[in-house]
Amino acid sequence: MAFTFAAFCYMLSLVLCAALIFFAIWHIIAFDELRTDFKSPIDQCNPAHARERLRNIERICFLLRKLVLPEYSIHSLFCIMFLCAQEWLTLGLNVPLLFYHFWRYFRCPADGSELAYDPPAVMNADTLSYCQKEAWCKLAFYLLSFFYYLYCMIYTLVSS
Amino acid sequence: MGGWDFTLDSHTIPLLQPKKGAAPRYQNGPVQSQMQFPSGYGSHPPNYSAPSGHYSQVPNKAAASSHLDNQYRASYYPTYYSAPAQNVMTPSVGSSVLNTQESQQFYNKTPPHTVGSAEGPIQGAISPVSYLHTSAQQSYSAFGNHYSTSVSSSVTSQGFPLNSDRYTMPVVSSALYPNVSYPAAAGGVYGQAFTSQSLPAVGQFKETTTFSSQSTSVPHSLQQHVPMGYNSTLSTIPSAQSTQDNLSRHLTGSAAKVNNQINTGGVDSPQPMHSVSQTIPFTKPGAGTPASSAVVSSVRTPAPSLSSQPRSSPSVTQSPESALQEGMQYGGYVNNQASSAPAPLSSSSDDEEEDEEDEEAAIDSSSTTSSASPVLNNYDALEGGGYPETRSVTSSPVPAPSVPQTSKASKPFGYGYPTLQPGYQNAAPPAPVQPSNPGHHPGFQHYPQQYPGVNQLSSSLGGLSLQHSQQPESLRPVNLTQDRNILPVSSVPAPVPNLNSDLRKLNCSPDSFRCTLTNIPQTQALLNKAKLPLGLLLHPFRDLTQLPVITSSTIVRCRSCRTYINPFVSFIDQRRWKCNLCYRVNDVPEEFMYNPLTRSYGEPHKRPEVQNSTVEFIASSDYMLRPPQPAVYLFVLDVSHNAVEAGYLTILCQSLLENLDKLPGDSRTRIGFITFDSTVQFYNLQEGLSQPQMLIVSDIDDIFLPTPDSLLVNLHESKELIKDLLNALPNMFTNTRETHSALGPALQAAFKLMSPTGGRISVFQTQLPSLGAGLLHSREDPNQRSSTKVVQHLGPATDFYKKLALDCSGQQTAVDLFLLSSQYSDLASLACMSKYSAGCIYYYPSFHRSHNPAQAEKLQKDLKRYLTRKIGFEAVMRIRCTKGLSIHTFHGNFFVRSTDLLSLANVNPDAGFAVQMSIEESLTDTSLVCFQTALLYTSSKGERRIRVHTLCLPVVSSLADVYAGADVQAVVCLLANMAVDRSVSSSLADARDALVNAVVDSLAAYMSTASNLQQSVLVAPNSLRLFPLYILALLKQKAFRTGTSTRLDDRVYAMCQMKSQPLVHLMKMIHPNLYRIDKLIDESTIHVNDRVVPQPPLQKLSAEKLTREGAFLMDCGSAFYIWIGKNCDNNFIKDVLGYPDYASVPQKMTQLPEGDAPSSERTRSFISWLRDSRPLSPVLQVIKDENPGKTEFFQHLIEDRTEAAFSYYEFLLNIQQQISTYVGRIRSFQLLTLP
Repeated sequence: MAFTFAAFCYMLSLVLCAALIFFAIWHIIAFDELRTDFKSPIDQCNPAHARERLRNIERICFLLRKLVLPEYSIHSLFCIMFLCAQEWLTLGLNVPLLFYHFWRYFRCPADGSELAYDPPAVMNADTLSYCQKEAWCKLAFYLLSFFYYLYCMIYTLVSS
Repeated sequence: MGGWDFTLDSHTIPLLQPKKGAAPRYQNGPVQSQMQFPSGYGSHPPNYSAPSGHYSQVPNKAAASSHLDNQYRASYYPTYYSAPAQNVMTPSVGSSVLNTQESQQFYNKTPPHTVGSAEGPIQGAISPVSYLHTSAQQSYSAFGNHYSTSVSSSVTSQGFPLNSDRYTMPVVSSALYPNVSYPAAAGGVYGQAFTSQSLPAVGQFKETTTFSSQSTSVPHSLQQHVPMGYNSTLSTIPSAQSTQDNLSRHLTGSAAKVNNQINTGGVDSPQPMHSVSQTIPFTKPGAGTPASSAVVSSVRTPAPSLSSQPRSSPSVTQSPESALQEGMQYGGYVNNQASSAPAPLSSSSDDEEEDEEDEEAAIDSSSTTSSASPVLNNYDALEGGGYPETRSVTSSPVPAPSVPQTSKASKPFGYGYPTLQPGYQNAAPPAPVQPSNPGHHPGFQHYPQQYPGVNQLSSSLGGLSLQHSQQPESLRPVNLTQDRNILPVSSVPAPVPNLNSDLRKLNCSPDSFRCTLTNIPQTQALLNKAKLPLGLLLHPFRDLTQLPVITSSTIVRCRSCRTYINPFVSFIDQRRWKCNLCYRVNDVPEEFMYNPLTRSYGEPHKRPEVQNSTVEFIASSDYMLRPPQPAVYLFVLDVSHNAVEAGYLTILCQSLLENLDKLPGDSRTRIGFITFDSTVQFYNLQEGLSQPQMLIVSDIDDIFLPTPDSLLVNLHESKELIKDLLNALPNMFTNTRETHSALGPALQAAFKLMSPTGGRISVFQTQLPSLGAGLLHSREDPNQRSSTKVVQHLGPATDFYKKLALDCSGQQTAVDLFLLSSQYSDLASLACMSKYSAGCIYYYPSFHRSHNPAQAEKLQKDLKRYLTRKIGFEAVMRIRCTKGLSIHTFHGNFFVRSTDLLSLANVNPDAGFAVQMSIEESLTDTSLVCFQTALLYTSSKGERRIRVHTLCLPVVSSLADVYAGADVQAVVCLLANMAVDRSVSSSLADARDALVNAVVDSLAAYMSTASNLQQSVLVAPNSLRLFPLYILALLKQKAFRTGTSTRLDDRVYAMCQMKSQPLVHLMKMIHPNLYRIDKLIDESTIHVNDRVVPQPPLQKLSAEKLTREGAFLMDCGSAFYIWIGKNCDNNFIKDVLGYPDYASVPQKMTQLPEGDAPSSERTRSFISWLRDSRPLSPVLQVIKDENPGKTEFFQHLIEDRTEAAFSYYEFLLNIQQQISTYVGRIRSFQLLTLP
């Protein structure tokens, strides 16, 4: 029974993972709100509602954009920690997502200064469904990794 | 790589398919089993072969679900069958009976079947639920039954063969009745369905339609009940006029009910209806003479040959009805059904209805049953219309299963559709059976014959209908490398959806609404196999010459999906209708029962909403929360040195002055002006001032409005001040030395000014914005213009304009951009202000008022159109489609507000939109899909209006049919839109690859389906023969070309055009039309408004066509080029151009003189005809060899080789090579996987 660095990593990642799960859930809710306009059709056609709806969309997109960097950096932090703790298996599990995040972050649409979640673009049904799928997948991944970290933490604590 | 979503999607969609379980994805499996049964069909004329795909599907479905669909499906093409059938039958009753019997035999191998089947057809139609055919054979026998029913009944009971006139739908009929009063009605929509025959001698149109109604609720034999119907009434009451209303209502009512029954399978109709077939020969007088009609009809010329009918049968007389084409719509329905009605009628009563015009058909009171009808011999008879019909209802009690309409199986019934279906069941049989009548096809060449001939069915099951010797024209394989003349003589027509003539007539005009595939594939898997994109091309706000406008306090919409009522809904009974998009059953509101046009009650199906696929509603106050906004126009003008130098202000102010009174608007119209250089200038035009006041705001970092309320002023109150300002503006800045441009702050100010009201901002910009927010830097590297590798900077450099556009969109303000620059101005960034606010973009490269007169003239003309065209404010557009389809990507200028709602701050008549769709659920249980676009806008008069377009398309299950229905122009336009997106989000090279792959994939898919084709040649179905040519044209278009020097702004502008132009304009842009005009002759001319317009044939876009002796006109949509050959006839030059010889023709010639010579007149009338066909009047340029405009002209000759691009032939070879590797790969793959 020893409190190793690895154990510490797992404990920290456990906490942060909870945050990531929260992010993912928030994403799902946000995309759902983008997708559906809860007003009745007649209301939707109303210019006053248009303004409100547009504000809403912009606000959501703004928040989404704000969350991108924290999420990505938290996840990168995991990877760095596991690298330092020499937890190769855990690192291996996380590396694919890390690369995906890098790709997502640096693949700006040509010349676009905003990286993602640009209101006109994200409102495209195609993009939206892609984003939603992505959010669901991430939620699943984070949930699984949460329990995995929990297990690993206990395992490292107990075994060493 | 490089493929598009529509190819890539294939992986995701199939997951959804299992839902539909039994839905046949491929024809092969289950279908085979059916083959045995229908062998009798073998007698079919081979003509039917091609479309067999439809039918192959039928059995599948039957097995899968109810056979209802089958019938439905089958009813697609009922029209065709009639003609032949009658031919056969005419000669003698006896023989005809024989025939029918035989035919029956063909259909039904098991005679006993017939008895049961007698009700079969009816019920099958009526209640799919109750009457399910479980096995394939059964389902088929259903057909057989129908046939047999009619036949057998005729044989047994009456021995009299009846034809249903249903089957003959002479296309002519519509033409015959131009007299329809309701202009919007576009002719009797349904009227056409009935056979209308023209008696040439009398000059009257005679229609015979049979009317029958069945009472499903009461099981009864025909004979008993018949007398109870309106028949009796009719016959007894001679006075047509007085009773007419009654009658007609009665009829329609019953008709409607019948209809309902068909759909629902049971209606509790107060009056029992009888399955009576009344053949109502109807003589309808020409338009002008309703009165005479009565007379004539009473005389009863077209007595159907009822004589032969055995009187013994207690049945009711079929009343030959003199029905009006229009009024009969419902009759038509019934008719079909009725067609099987019993013939043994002794008394004939005429039914008639009023048509929209209040034109009345006289009641034929004479019950002459025994008179042999002379009519039989005439056209009538041939078309089958005049025939007495045999209805086999006989004694079979019609079980009335009053099944609630909600069953999904009954979905597919379109409004117009059910009509056919029953008809098909009942009466169709004899006709199609006749193998001896191949002759009737020619009349219907448009249609691939889709009749499910059994032989063809079987063959289609085995393989593909492509192999048949006879194919629909659109599927004819075209050898691209050998066929050099693939261009049509005149413009390429939009393919006509393969619907029955009723629906086709009702359908939305292809100018407003087009689908890339006019035959919608049943499943996403099939769509993926076809490798063609599925999408819609919309031009919703097009200028229409004829548009029914409906004022009504309640706008009838589906309660669940909010679809507007449209011609393709089905009326279950008089009080309920079924939505054709979500299949919900809705109530018909009380108000809708009254038809204002005919001032009659109880005819919801005749309302204009149900008669027109394009209508406009004037919305009630439900549709607005704030009062409709006034028309507000704000002009934001660049007055920097550059702008003044270019001189656009003069043109603009001139145009504005000329058109000030023509600006769309009402008394509330407001207008304002902002000018900017390095500062922003406002103009106080408040009424009462002696002259306009200029207010200068130089704090561009924090822009504010100096006097918020007097900058936008009422146009009418301050007109004098505005005129003063417009007169002064061009000279106000002549000496300016200011070279900077603070566009961003000016836009911010404009936004502030407009945000309380919304409206339109017109921005005139001549250079790169260099000050304040939104400043831009030059990103173009001139050395990269002709680069073949990477084209950068196609996206915006800053978010400023996009954000501004979104803000504007939220405030219902659109920004239109006029970019008149001589050097790079980063249109890619600037265009964002229009893209997302639903504005429009105009670009005039190297504009200079005196140095570039062509551009100046273009600006002038564009401005005229721009200022005076219709405009809609605070608009939203929603596109709905039948359940199972889903729209996933939109193209055009707008902001998507929720996934299916487009927010359009302004909508203008020149805006086009495109959408991509996918098939989420398989469409096996429906045979029609509908799309509805609803555009809600505030007109410039302050009315809230909704313009609704509805398009209806058939669903097909075979790949061949998908190809047969491909609309190559729509496909190309949609691909162009997708390619623009691709080049911005990925790269230009990627987009080009994807374009080429689109051709390769689809042609390879086609060729691999047609196994009998040689692999060594490049073959395309006729419908897609222009596909490679158009794609090559796209690749050589400014937007996508590489290797040729193209300025970045030009490229971006071309891309913007592709996204926002409607299809017609876009096609001209992609593939211009080339005509030879030096030898215009009067042959092959058309007459338009008393003008003779010559129609020279289209020429290939190749220099080989340009002879030195000729003169050619190229129509590029936005420009006309006239190219004069060096050795062109001097007479032509003198007459048409007004110069003695070639050498004296000036370099910059933009107008043709008004000459008296016939050649000059012809040329001008041709050009003006071309001009009239589009909203923007293009600028004409005369081009000689040494002219600088020559390169412009020659780069449009896309079939030629350029230094950087393939010629058409090379391109084909390239494609062929790619295909052969592709197909080879697939083949080998198949070999590997299939042992």
